[in-house]
Amino acid sequence: MNAAIAGIGATDFSKDSGRSELQLAAEAARAALDDAGLEPSDVDGLVSFTMDTNAEIAVARELGIPELTFFSRVHYGGGAACATVQQAAMAVETGMAKVVVCYRAFNERSGHRFGQVQTAAAANIDNSWSYPMGLGTPAAMVAMFARRYMHEYGATSEDFGRIAVVDRKHAATNPHAWFHNRPITLDDHQASRWISEPLRLLDCCQETDGGVALVVTSAERARDLPNKPAHVKAATQGSGADQFTMTSYYRDDLTRLPEMGVVARGLWERSGIGPSDVDVAVLYDHFTPFVLVQLEELGFCGRGEAKDFVASGALELDGSLPLNPHGGQLGEAYLHGMNGIAEAVRQVRGTAVNQVANVEHVLVTAGTGVPTSGLVLGQSP
Amino acid sequence: MIDVEKEAARIAEQGESAPRLARDPVNLPMINNWLEAIGDQHPGYTEVAPPAMVQVWTMAGLHGQRTLDDPLGAMMKILDEAGFTSVVATNSDQTYHRYLKVGEHVSVTTSLEDVTGPKKTALGEGWFVTTRSTWYVGDEPVAEMRFRVLKFRPAEKPAPRPEVPKAQAIRPAINRDTEYFWEGCRNEELRIQRCGGCGLLRHPPGPMCPECGATKPKYLVSDGRGVVYSYVVHHHPQVPGKQTPFVIALVELDEGVRMLGELEGEPSIGLPVEVVFTKVDEELTMPSWRPRADR
Repeated sequence: MNAAIAGIGATDFSKDSGRSELQLAAEAARAALDDAGLEPSDVDGLVSFTMDTNAEIAVARELGIPELTFFSRVHYGGGAACATVQQAAMAVETGMAKVVVCYRAFNERSGHRFGQVQTAAAANIDNSWSYPMGLGTPAAMVAMFARRYMHEYGATSEDFGRIAVVDRKHAATNPHAWFHNRPITLDDHQASRWISEPLRLLDCCQETDGGVALVVTSAERARDLPNKPAHVKAATQGSGADQFTMTSYYRDDLTRLPEMGVVARGLWERSGIGPSDVDVAVLYDHFTPFVLVQLEELGFCGRGEAKDFVASGALELDGSLPLNPHGGQLGEAYLHGMNGIAEAVRQVRGTAVNQVANVEHVLVTAGTGVPTSGLVLGQSP
Repeated sequence: MIDVEKEAARIAEQGESAPRLARDPVNLPMINNWLEAIGDQHPGYTEVAPPAMVQVWTMAGLHGQRTLDDPLGAMMKILDEAGFTSVVATNSDQTYHRYLKVGEHVSVTTSLEDVTGPKKTALGEGWFVTTRSTWYVGDEPVAEMRFRVLKFRPAEKPAPRPEVPKAQAIRPAINRDTEYFWEGCRNEELRIQRCGGCGLLRHPPGPMCPECGATKPKYLVSDGRGVVYSYVVHHHPQVPGKQTPFVIALVELDEGVRMLGELEGEPSIGLPVEVVFTKVDEELTMPSWRPRADR
């Protein structure tokens, strides 16, 4: 695509920001514009999640953005992350906007916590088949998939735990990570309490207050800006057959994420690269079991083989597919996947704290179990 | 109301009950039975009885009745009437002045020594009743016993599981596409949407058949039997209207569709289950699962 991420910005990641979500959004957006070497007056497009409480016009007011010609929202929670960049890139490519800021900001720990039962969500007809039966948290919804996956492929709680261990290992050397200097062992994982069996506490990502913003502009313009552009080689959304939000339990196979399969096909087709060309994978990790399924959907290993792929050490920084060098959402922060896109940009620039050598292509995925999205960022268009 | 302390004082004032003579004299067959039952192999009990047997000689027997002036019996009756209906022995301290010889015939008297209470105990509120018994051979005291019981009002049994307020339970959103299902539950029917055009079975339901495009959904009534396809045991966080931990199972019904519901009992994949209906209120009845008895 003829678009690149030219700037990234974030607030601190905390458990109690002490400020409004709008302030977090404005701070992150301003930081991203500073990083891009652009002014608010350069911005003419804004994209966010439908779940974000910060209206585009409110963010524009705070930043002093005079006019907007493009504003758009993407649905389905964390599944929107990479799609915000897709929206921005399409706007830039089609000339609907010249500089688009994608943002996501919330007080997800000190304010509205997604991990609690959202009784208000029961008003949705789709949820009438799960919430009243007692299945009302994202962890429990993923646990239902995880149990079947274990049954069919012989995966164990330890296999899930290895994802948490590698994320926390990477977070331990990232000063911006909430779990900086706090790695865990597989024993720690096994000793952590049940949340919704078969998921333990350490299978579940943390909760965070904070904001992240990205500046997307054309590849040509990005070349003239201070930082090395992270080119958008492909950006795709995906929804599968008989799709539900977190509860697609009515398909033949419960061990897959077909919506991520749609994303994978789109990314490989549009970017012209394949799984073996990926130098760093930033995979959405709100719950560990879905990292295993993603590895399979994206083609890094065969069905049911993710546990062996993970156990082989492939996801270490010096492995064949370094995973979440920033620590992921389990280790760095839970910003609905947007902090993972920022990390992908740093890996392309060569400025990450846990920099992988010779990065040409970085794969990023968005929320799993929901209609989702993905990105391939690279050194060249 | 019964004044327990006043009644106790009255009984205590009566002093020792009249001597009650043992059924039989001290004898070797009973000594041998006792030694055998206790497991005492001491060879010395051929002419004297083990001292700890003293109570045995004056036991009333299988059909025995307390004498009218027995202070313990009188006190028990009063406490029964006051609502302290359960009893447990707490102390028995015996003093032996000498060995009893085979052939001696003992008698016993009892007096009420002390009644204290009401006391709160783990068993419930109650009174400690202490009596003093003395065994005699003729006029000679040969043994004494201080005996204490707790006469108590049994504590209320804790409810097996406190009822979750129904108002807390998450209620389903219902619209014209899904009303048939909840109406079915109210009638204890598990309904599965069936396309009026092509017959496709579908759950969760919707207004238009994805197979043939017809918009005339009907339903069939499921047998309500199936097997567990997957399940979770939910621990955290709390879920309104539920007591953690609890099991939610995704059940594949015999008709071929899957459905979520709470499962009572030990879960496993493949477990045969059947539907149970629980009435929440006039409008809402929830389906859930239980293991099948015929599995």
